[in-house]
Amino acid sequence: MKRRIFLKGTLASGAVATAVSAGLLSPRQVLADWPKNAFEAETVQDALKGLYDSDLTEPSDAVNIKAPDIAENGAVVPISVSADLPNVESVTIIAEKNGTPLAASYQLGASAKPSISTRIKMGETSNVIAVVKADGKAYSARKEVKVTIGGCGG
Amino acid sequence: MSKTIKIRAQQKGDTCHVKALIKHPMETGLRKDKKTGKKIPAHFIQEVNCAHEGENVLTGLWGGAVSTNPYLAFEFEGAKKGDKVTLSWADNKGESDSVETTIR
Repeated sequence: MKRRIFLKGTLASGAVATAVSAGLLSPRQVLADWPKNAFEAETVQDALKGLYDSDLTEPSDAVNIKAPDIAENGAVVPISVSADLPNVESVTIIAEKNGTPLAASYQLGASAKPSISTRIKMGETSNVIAVVKADGKAYSARKEVKVTIGGCGG
Repeated sequence: MSKTIKIRAQQKGDTCHVKALIKHPMETGLRKDKKTGKKIPAHFIQEVNCAHEGENVLTGLWGGAVSTNPYLAFEFEGAKKGDKVTLSWADNKGESDSVETTIR
């Protein structure tokens, strides 16, 4: 999906196509569909709607979140998400009580495994929600992380 | 060698494990400068792309809530030792960087 849009962009401009073939990506072209609405949304529902057009997710045991029970420093909370699901299209990480809950969303290519680790900031103790989209359906899991010192604002 | 990206791609059996560390301030735009009281403008990576031999493997869309100096680890199949993996990022100020590494 992503790639298709990207390729369309490069066809429009020969110079960019050259840059791409040289291994350099043009940020302006790539950023065209960064979902601004989703990242600026102030509720989990709005963030999901901005990303997937729907805020419905099905809680599933197949989605696993690995996160600390207590994060001493909210600025660096390691999160790992994996899923025992076939045809995973995307993995999204949300910190429920952050001012803007959506932290990161990953779109997986055909060869990528649904297993991603990253580090996020958390303003206060809250649930971390992982949403995994597989075969067109959204599955979710949540885990509470207690934050001793918040990592947003400061 | 890229100035901002440290990357390692390691083949273990059928799976290639990629770990990357990017040097970036990841300012949310909400933080205030303690001396002047003014807000520090937002400056964060919006998109990370990873490709294996030219084939897109993973696209990460990031907001300001990803930690300073972001870390990213993921796995993919269908690679072999010696293959090339490229990773690039682009931020909201139009800055970008990319790096190529060989799977070990």
